[in-house]
Amino acid sequence: MKTRSVYRAVRTPGGLSLRLDLRALIVVVLLLAAACAAGVALIGTGDAKIPAADVLRTLAGNGTTYQDFIVNELRLPRVLVGLLVGASLGLGGALFQAVSRNPLGSPDVLGLSQGSTAGALVVIVLMSGSATQVTLGALAGGLVTGLSIYLLAWRQGVHGYRFVLVGIGVSAVMTAVNGYLLTKADLVDAARAVVWMTGSLNGRDWDQVWPLLALCAVLVPLVLAGAGGLRMMEMGDDVANALGVRVQRTRLVLMVSAVLLTAAATAAAGPVSFVALTAPQLARRLTRSPGPNLLPSLCMGATLLVAADWVSQRAFGADQLPVGVVTGVLGGGYLLWLLVTERRAGRI
Amino acid sequence: MSAVPESDSKRSTVNRLSAENVTLAYDQRVIAEQLSVEIPDNSFTVIVGPNACGKSTLLRALSRMLKPSGGRVLLDGQVIQSMPARKVARTLGLLPQSSLAPDGITVAALVGRGRYPHQGLLRQWSAEDERVVQESMRQTGVAELADRYVDELSGGQRQRVWIAMALAQQTPLLLLDEPTTYLDIQHQIDVLDLCAELHETQGRTLVAVLHDLNHAARYATHLVALRGGEVIAEGAPNDIVTAELVEQVFGLRCQVIDDPETGTPLVVPASRKARAERITAAS
Repeated sequence: MKTRSVYRAVRTPGGLSLRLDLRALIVVVLLLAAACAAGVALIGTGDAKIPAADVLRTLAGNGTTYQDFIVNELRLPRVLVGLLVGASLGLGGALFQAVSRNPLGSPDVLGLSQGSTAGALVVIVLMSGSATQVTLGALAGGLVTGLSIYLLAWRQGVHGYRFVLVGIGVSAVMTAVNGYLLTKADLVDAARAVVWMTGSLNGRDWDQVWPLLALCAVLVPLVLAGAGGLRMMEMGDDVANALGVRVQRTRLVLMVSAVLLTAAATAAAGPVSFVALTAPQLARRLTRSPGPNLLPSLCMGATLLVAADWVSQRAFGADQLPVGVVTGVLGGGYLLWLLVTERRAGRI
Repeated sequence: MSAVPESDSKRSTVNRLSAENVTLAYDQRVIAEQLSVEIPDNSFTVIVGPNACGKSTLLRALSRMLKPSGGRVLLDGQVIQSMPARKVARTLGLLPQSSLAPDGITVAALVGRGRYPHQGLLRQWSAEDERVVQESMRQTGVAELADRYVDELSGGQRQRVWIAMALAQQTPLLLLDEPTTYLDIQHQIDVLDLCAELHETQGRTLVAVLHDLNHAARYATHLVALRGGEVIAEGAPNDIVTAELVEQVFGLRCQVIDDPETGTPLVVPASRKARAERITAAS
């Protein structure tokens, strides 16, 4: 398990220096390659199967009209939404876990997904709203939940179990609200709500891609810029403060970004469970490097989600099994394993 | 120093770090009011006092971890809160009481984190960083542990590693909050020797909170005795540590004798019997 990460410093005569963690770099490159491969495979999967070579040719703009329609209009947006949702969840999860210093401090456990669900259900059940309104409702639900956790758990910073316990409480309340809303729904709305609640990429088109892409384009650089401070905060607030990190401000910016990323991802694909929990942990085990591992977690999230979608389509046929079911089964197993090992290590 | 009129010398000197009439409070609980303390440059200042006298709180205020609700802490003539965080971090280091070593971090990597305030986007790991980290590990005697994991080390070794990290920050001022807590006696002395060495050979100004009055008297060049958020006495241990002072600050009857090893004051608590007699006599 414990193999050292290898740092390499690159220096120029002008006094510039970069520090690279070779192992993390390799992990990031491999994960990106895996995500792209899974994406290509996913585009080729479905009622009309398209070989990978043709998919690549079509993406480059050299396919037949028929292929072009299927690949670029129908399936590419779905894969892109998958990649972006996975990346947002992976990054959001890594941020939450790093700030709470607890692998359980991830959005799934904290009730953010349930909050988004409540927002979406309000729109579906009480307002019979359009798809766009559902998305906005989910976004609002996630943000409100994030804010309430912040208000309830924040006392001179967020600390470990306090944060997790408050989150679990909020999660339980939201689950109850969701149950109530479902009982109020008529059959059609209820069916729509349940599909949304499982987390699915079915029927995602370019309208979902652009807002998510824009949000990621703003937040990912912002968050990565704060990674240095977050790394110092691993050693406790006092040490980070002493090293010149503005701890409260850094934490606020990062938490708001994490809530936005998670809420937007959930709004786009429904509450795809456990990606935010598992991606950072798996990434960390691959890089074997201390620190928040933000970029590897982001890549891991994207890979996991698209791979899970490919598995569900491949095993159960096109659009039969929502991706959230696959991530739920895999991630739930992982959560159990995590609880057992944490318990054994005496941390629970 | 000599140019300053005698009567003003205590307040108007140009010491780099001082607290002026600060009120220190956590939420509504006031720990100290109108407290003024000056840290003499190039001193090894030790703050002592009974539990809950505000010594750690004072150190937190001096290191800008706690914002005074009144008064101000000055660093190089500026209010410390108004200075850029990184600039402060290049001037003043702090070894807090509680720090967490991240899982799976090596000694060299942890010490390297002390370079954070000197780094930037385009200056991530300079040759200077590398040199300072090696130097800091050598000074604290952890160079041979460089590739070991911090969580595998003993308490004494770990404390040295944290001190090395604070040294790598290369600050002229270094604050230590109870650096000897949880260590057994030889490691306590070990850490204090290291502090004395850093103070003597590098001219760094050290400020430490210590529990043990005898350690404080032996190692400090300047002692600050606090009780109930007030400075009861300050000065060189030889000048201020007397049986009266110890009784006044700690409420403990004792004898103060010369430390046979160093000639510094050594506090020997009065026997239980002697203290009991005194209580009877008083009543």
